[in-house]
Amino acid sequence: MKQIKKIGFWLLVLFLLILICLPGIWIFVSAFRPNPEILAKPANWIPDRWTIHQFTQMFSINGYVSVPAFKYLMNSVIISSVSTVIAITIGMMGGYAFARFNFKGKNKIFLSLMLARAVPGISLSLPLFILFAKIGLLNTSIGVIIVYVAMNVPFTIWLTDGFFRQIPKEMSEVARTDGCTRFQAFWNVELPLAGPGIGAAAIFAFLLSWNEYALASIITRTVHSKTLPIGMMDYLGEFTINWAGMCAIAVVMIVPALILTFIVQKHLVSGLTFGGVKG
Amino acid sequence: MLIMPSILAIGFVIIIPLIFSFYTSFTSYKLTRPDSLFNFVGFRNYERLIDNTKFWYAFGRTILFLAVVLNLELLFGLGIALLINKITWGQRTLRTIMMFPMMFSPILVGFQWKYIFNDNIGLLNNFLYLFGYESAIPWLIDKYLAMGSIMVAEIWANTSIFAILLLAGLLGIPRDPIEAARVDGCNSWQVFKNITLPFLMPFIFIALTIRSLDVGRAYDIVHIMTGGGPAMRTELLWTMIARVGYKDANMGFANAMSYVSIILSIAFTYYFFTKLVAARRDLGQQ
Repeated sequence: MKQIKKIGFWLLVLFLLILICLPGIWIFVSAFRPNPEILAKPANWIPDRWTIHQFTQMFSINGYVSVPAFKYLMNSVIISSVSTVIAITIGMMGGYAFARFNFKGKNKIFLSLMLARAVPGISLSLPLFILFAKIGLLNTSIGVIIVYVAMNVPFTIWLTDGFFRQIPKEMSEVARTDGCTRFQAFWNVELPLAGPGIGAAAIFAFLLSWNEYALASIITRTVHSKTLPIGMMDYLGEFTINWAGMCAIAVVMIVPALILTFIVQKHLVSGLTFGGVKG
Repeated sequence: MLIMPSILAIGFVIIIPLIFSFYTSFTSYKLTRPDSLFNFVGFRNYERLIDNTKFWYAFGRTILFLAVVLNLELLFGLGIALLINKITWGQRTLRTIMMFPMMFSPILVGFQWKYIFNDNIGLLNNFLYLFGYESAIPWLIDKYLAMGSIMVAEIWANTSIFAILLLAGLLGIPRDPIEAARVDGCNSWQVFKNITLPFLMPFIFIALTIRSLDVGRAYDIVHIMTGGGPAMRTELLWTMIARVGYKDANMGFANAMSYVSIILSIAFTYYFFTKLVAARRDLGQQ
């Protein structure tokens, strides 16, 4: 009886694993095979012929390219990194303030910052589209960066607030009685301690920008500022879809995201829950 | 003040546009006719909204969608967390694997499931073909199946957030009360109901708060999977806003709609957040 239960249990776990991983694996495999094979029936799991045709086509810099994926990738990297750096700097200051100081309406401000984040991207995009068109930020990387900074700040505050709380207040007090200024105490004592957590927050912010679609699809118009998620739509013709190409660009998008997730996972969970439970 | 930069950034990108869109929702602003920005029409957009049955269908569908999706995600997430909590060997690896869907871009999730559910070349129909279902099932074209397919994609993408956060909660539960209850003769259901669940409540609400911040991202998935079709059967508030605002260029009306959706999202988040505060207080952690 116990044996059967155990087998059933592991079967369930296995089933879940398949459910989680299979769609991704399928996309990955499809990125490396020629288009006709994708259309094969019944499904062909192990490609007969591996090809990197889609990737070479995407990244060929000279000659005819249907989808300038390399440019999209560069846009994505630049926009995501710059907005992350700014968001983390601003958000860290905010998180530190929420964790260390008491001021009037602290909880209300915290809540309203979070609520600002709750505004759906598509609803926000309408006025942003008009405003950015007026001040000339439409279809520029700077415009997208500004938007992403604001989108990421509330969450960064939530996370860093939690991490700063985990550090005992006494540490900075001791440093200050020894003659440090508040900033020195922060820079030399508290920041290094919160370092891994802040790194996690940074990666989270990066991924949010990396993956964002609704706002970027409105603000970016051409190859100058389009990011990968928007570029992906290039493969979607009016009547046909280039499945292999889409799978290939999906792989380009997902591999960095997965690697970053892998690095960050431990700190991310503790940050989210700590900030939440003891906040 | 250290939080001033945050407030400035949010003010510039979120508050000012919101004020602006609040104003335009009272005008007949059309993108194609810039001068109409100053054509004040009072509450006419909102009146049109109330009369518009399509809008109310989309509104009802959005509520239904959120109710079904959030509940199922919570349920599955809890199940998976309890399951993984029992495993002693390889737990960390499993946890990492579970985080993967969380990091898929919603647009990618949409595309991936569009591919799987494709009636002609999709993985699912191919799989059914093996078992002799020769006729292709039009998952994304059938008026009922389409909504279900989108829900599956949404649940696949977001269950792991619940699972991960609830697992963190489960790992943090002190063992003593559970053992004491066992000694006193509680069965496992009673232990779960009276000890585990109350401890988990704050974590459930953290997960719900975080999720409700992002419900609008379902737009990406719907947009790529069906674009609101077939015949608007999967039209949610968000896709309707995009269509009216950009395709029909009717900004005033779209802004009136987006205000409804904003209030909806904020209400969800606010509700869960207050619940979170209350649950924390119950545990005496304040």
